[in-house]
Amino acid sequence: MSNGTAISVDKLTKRFGDFTAVDNISFNVTKGEIFGFLGANGAGKTTAMRMLCGLSKPTSGTASVAGFDVYSQTEKIKKSIGYMSQKFSLYEDLTVKENIRFYAGIYGKPDGFIKEKTEKLLNELRLQSEAGKLVRSLPLGWKQKLAFSVAIFHEPQIVFLDEPTGGVDPVTRREFWNMIYKAAASGITVFVTTHYMDEAEYCNRVSIMVDGKIEALDSPTQLKKTFEANSMGDVFLKLARKAVRAAD
Amino acid sequence: MKQFTSFIRKEFHHIFRDRRTMFILLFMPVAQIIIFGFALTNEVKNSQIAILDNAKDADAASLITQIGNSRYFNIEKTLYTQKEIDEVFKLGKIKMVMVLPQNFGSDLQHFNHAQVQLIADASDPNVASTLTNYASVVITDYQKRITNEKKLPYTINTEVRMLYNPQGKGAYSFVPGVMAMVLMLVCTMMTAITVVREKEMGTMEIMLVSPVRPLKIIIAKAVPYLLLSMINVASILLLSVFVLDVPINGSLVLLIAESILFTLTCLAFGLLISTVTDSQQTAMFISLTGMFLPTVMLSGFMFPIENMPLPLQIISNIVPAKWFYIIVKNVMIKGTGFNIVWKETLILAFMLFALLGLAIKKFKIRLA
Repeated sequence: MSNGTAISVDKLTKRFGDFTAVDNISFNVTKGEIFGFLGANGAGKTTAMRMLCGLSKPTSGTASVAGFDVYSQTEKIKKSIGYMSQKFSLYEDLTVKENIRFYAGIYGKPDGFIKEKTEKLLNELRLQSEAGKLVRSLPLGWKQKLAFSVAIFHEPQIVFLDEPTGGVDPVTRREFWNMIYKAAASGITVFVTTHYMDEAEYCNRVSIMVDGKIEALDSPTQLKKTFEANSMGDVFLKLARKAVRAAD
Repeated sequence: MKQFTSFIRKEFHHIFRDRRTMFILLFMPVAQIIIFGFALTNEVKNSQIAILDNAKDADAASLITQIGNSRYFNIEKTLYTQKEIDEVFKLGKIKMVMVLPQNFGSDLQHFNHAQVQLIADASDPNVASTLTNYASVVITDYQKRITNEKKLPYTINTEVRMLYNPQGKGAYSFVPGVMAMVLMLVCTMMTAITVVREKEMGTMEIMLVSPVRPLKIIIAKAVPYLLLSMINVASILLLSVFVLDVPINGSLVLLIAESILFTLTCLAFGLLISTVTDSQQTAMFISLTGMFLPTVMLSGFMFPIENMPLPLQIISNIVPAKWFYIIVKNVMIKGTGFNIVWKETLILAFMLFALLGLAIKKFKIRLA
């Protein structure tokens, strides 16, 4: 694999009994890219993502994440990635600082690093005065930004975002995407699933999964051209109509 | 190591911030010991009784004095007619009436044979039978005293010694029981709930994506509860020694080691529950029905196992608390050593490894 590739997937398949959740998918993600991973509920997004994160073993096919094999090097993969899910993944009964400290701690970061970087992060997020407050008391948008910052706190090569902006107002979403751009600019590869089609427009490239297969993969501009659509929403609808699988 | 300490620090933050948890963890054992020690006791002291003395002779008077002097009874009332008996019972304060027949003294003196009637309020059968037992003992004592003066041809004197618990105190049996109950509640329910809470909140997922090994997550979850359980064991033992006068006759080290073993077994069970449920409510429900109720019912601490129907006796063998209860009773009250309780210890150890093995296996399956 070349130096510029963060994730490479080849004929990756996952079956649960008779059910093929992920069917023979192949794609590459380049370093520093913002890669949108779209699909209706039940299309197999989460299963694919779990395999890439080392949480689940593929049935067949190959894949490497940050240069490590998803079959044999899951421990190394886990050290090189960050992860944020649609649930906030922060502890509501811990303070902002305690959350940062805990997550940095489980990635084995030294105290000096944690201390220095926490200050910097709190400054950036303008959360200095809230550092000692319980996360429970923060507004939703702030929690989300904090969760993202925590997911990339240990400076991973790749960050996986599983529907990170669910239930957030458009302004906050916009701000959140600014953070994603910033992270990508600093060299972190961003792998993001989303429901919001306007967000798909922000990605460098987008793949759309239907019934376990990747039906389309290109830049948003190119996809709109190919499918003769005005927006990513239209592209998605045209593809999703083909789905036979019921959403779960 | 860094991962591990971060984890444990976080776990303590959770525990200290949640008032409900703190309350259950630290206040409950104390409350239980106090409730069981002072309120729920089947000992009867200073019960209020009434006397209907139809004889009014010297012998009757001396028997009544003896009853009144015992620490079990307070003679609250003297009755004069049969009719009054029913009335005092209905008022509810009087639990027992002793009736002496008209010719009590003369029967005793001339025929060496007299009768005393004990009437007890059996709406609470346990209290009634305890009271009549006590009264019979006092009457037997009195009889012995007067027969000492005259020689009877054949008498067998039974001399009873209550080994290990000379005063027949209830505390001797419930302290081990409460220990089993509290540890079970703290360890099984709390661990199950805290792991499931992480699942509900989605933080478990983050943990699994992180480089922390699953086994480490499990151990880190268990350590704080193990420590808190030891605080509970200490407070229960201190209360029982200094407040309830229950001695620790055996080795303290052995007692604590056995408590740790039992605690670990409960923790393993809690972890197992957490791997099969996804909501805190279900976890709580399973812990209560799967662990707490059997502990109370089938450990032998509330109801003697020997009296149960055979199927229940067999089921009681799989309740860890039963074995722990036997161990604590032996070590703490009888002062026996490891040579006596090794079998029970082995059974507990086996249960621990079986539960832990199952929990880890289930945990891993969830990941695949």
